[in-house]
Amino acid sequence: MSNLLEVTELTKYFDIGTNQRVHAVENVSLDIAEKEIVGLVGESGSGKSTFGKTVLGLHDKSSGTVKYKDKLLPQKYKSKDFRDLATSMQMIFQDPYSSLNPRMTIGEIVGEGLRLHHKEQSSVVKERTAHWLEKVGLQADHMSRYPHEFSGGQRQRIGIARAMILEPEFVVCDEPISALDVSVQAQVINLLGELKESMGLTLLFIAHDLSMVRYVSDRMAVMYLGSLVEIGKADEVYFDPKHPYTEVLVGSNPEPDPELERSRPSTAIQGEIPSPVNVPAGCRFANRCPKVMEICRQVTPKLIPLKDLKGEIDRQVACHLYE
Amino acid sequence: MSSSAGATAENNDVLLEVENLGVEFDTYGGVVQAVRGVSFSVAEGQTLAIVGESGCGKSVTVQSMMGLIPMPPGRIVSGSAKLKGYQILGRPIVNGNDIRGSEIGMIFQDPMTSLNPTMTIGDQIAEPLQVHRGYSYKQAFAEAIRLLEMSKIPEATKRAKQYPFEFSGGMLQRAMIAMAIACKPSILVADEPTTALDVTIQAQILDLLQDLQKETGMAVILITHDLGVVARMADEVAVMYAGKIVEHGSVDDVFYRSAHPYTLGLKEAMPTNDPSLQHELKPIEGSPPDLFSPPEGCGYCARCPFAMQICNRQQPNDSFLTDHHFSRCWLHDSGARNKPDQLFFKDAAS
Repeated sequence: MSNLLEVTELTKYFDIGTNQRVHAVENVSLDIAEKEIVGLVGESGSGKSTFGKTVLGLHDKSSGTVKYKDKLLPQKYKSKDFRDLATSMQMIFQDPYSSLNPRMTIGEIVGEGLRLHHKEQSSVVKERTAHWLEKVGLQADHMSRYPHEFSGGQRQRIGIARAMILEPEFVVCDEPISALDVSVQAQVINLLGELKESMGLTLLFIAHDLSMVRYVSDRMAVMYLGSLVEIGKADEVYFDPKHPYTEVLVGSNPEPDPELERSRPSTAIQGEIPSPVNVPAGCRFANRCPKVMEICRQVTPKLIPLKDLKGEIDRQVACHLYE
Repeated sequence: MSSSAGATAENNDVLLEVENLGVEFDTYGGVVQAVRGVSFSVAEGQTLAIVGESGCGKSVTVQSMMGLIPMPPGRIVSGSAKLKGYQILGRPIVNGNDIRGSEIGMIFQDPMTSLNPTMTIGDQIAEPLQVHRGYSYKQAFAEAIRLLEMSKIPEATKRAKQYPFEFSGGMLQRAMIAMAIACKPSILVADEPTTALDVTIQAQILDLLQDLQKETGMAVILITHDLGVVARMADEVAVMYAGKIVEHGSVDDVFYRSAHPYTLGLKEAMPTNDPSLQHELKPIEGSPPDLFSPPEGCGYCARCPFAMQICNRQQPNDSFLTDHHFSRCWLHDSGARNKPDQLFFKDAAS
């Protein structure tokens, strides 16, 4: 499989004045193969959304590179770059309430991309919009309605139709289901799965719901405080976590099974994610890690490839335990 | 047993008994029947989880008990709620004599907006002690520090003098718990206490709630939509849909012997993490009914894969599978011919 997207040592700082910076994303390298779904998990403040947005150029990169189909993407996007790339890369946003313009009709919202990028006739735009609304499970005559007339699940479908109408190859889904009810989450997940199959999409699926990420993703990447701590096949990362932080995350995720929950010891760890302004030296997880060693507080661990029984590299972990 | 009696708790130390509670709201669009005849009881030291999707009436149920429903536009149309035998529903709110805060403590979903930004955390925790227990400010503040320590907030003395904006989300939720348990309530109502928090912080808060429950012996009513949290915390589970409790039983009954199609639907819409039980996610198609004009029959009828003709016309009664487990569904009626394998039926119990 060839890589559709190659992210190398991507870093994003935000300057917040008085010589302070937020280290939102630091030296994250991640390759995404064609037609692959990579799940990105982590606590709030771990930089997963910033990573997704920086990859798409919605934030300027502080350093590092992003290659799309072996072509280097610009460090800082100009409006022409957005115009060129929007047809191949799109984003679905987290909050279906604030990501739709309340003063535009659904037809205008969904059809806008097509109008701007392809300079199509308005009849064609209308036809395509109707087609996409039906494809995501809404009706063509919803076109003249406004966002407030729809429920959260329906709005999320509108967001999906807006992203898909340009038929992109790569889509960043930033917590597309976390604002929805359980019964509706499954509707949206299944819709994304169908679209992925029929359009050959490649997805970066950002979420904090570990069970859902394991369910949808081929590979799972775990971020903590701006850096990538573990990446591997989704099932293997979930069922056999190597990094202490991944262990804690998986252990804290309550399973809908009372017997299992009763038999399982609590794995709650003390402390909270530190501020990304004053990032500690060494491993960023060291001050909360149950397995912390002397070296962790001094040297920043690098991603180490781990071999499986067949000698193939299928997992990378950034932890001194595996050196 | 009549349909309004609800499931009774296992032992006789019933702390709270809610019967046939009905709540309506007047809105510009008409009258919303948010809660339509809810009955349940909570025993001492027990944890009852109320599960359901947004808009099913789970928060309104407890808020009406607490006197937190603004009236108007809200209205309690029927039912009673008795705490230790005393009627608590619809009583006028008088500071100091109130049950709210002294007998029933409450924590809310969003700790950022539920605390007063202009008061220090310590003062806010001390307030109910001064109001309900007649403590002096000094005594109350000292007690507040002890409560913060109980909620495992480090450097409690220093933290008590800080304002909410200086706390993180998880710490604020701990402070809110400290405030809720200040007067040693016999019931703690937790309305989605961890929905706004990360899983690691959620695990800490759930541990804390369990520890405090062990120490103080209080009962907990936990409102949530996360079945994982229910599995972890609850003794009893009530599943709500469209303003009614559709299934009620022990946590094992509801998870392993689900008897209502909606409970089954919720379970199948979530990914299981048991690799041997891998299943396709089965969404519940459609959306909940409009409570401006609730359907004549079962509220779940339009989304139910097993719906029969009668479901659309007539409300089902509570069918008791065991003494403490009921399901409000026509499939349990002796007249129902097709009984889906996925559901639990009374015949299977014997």
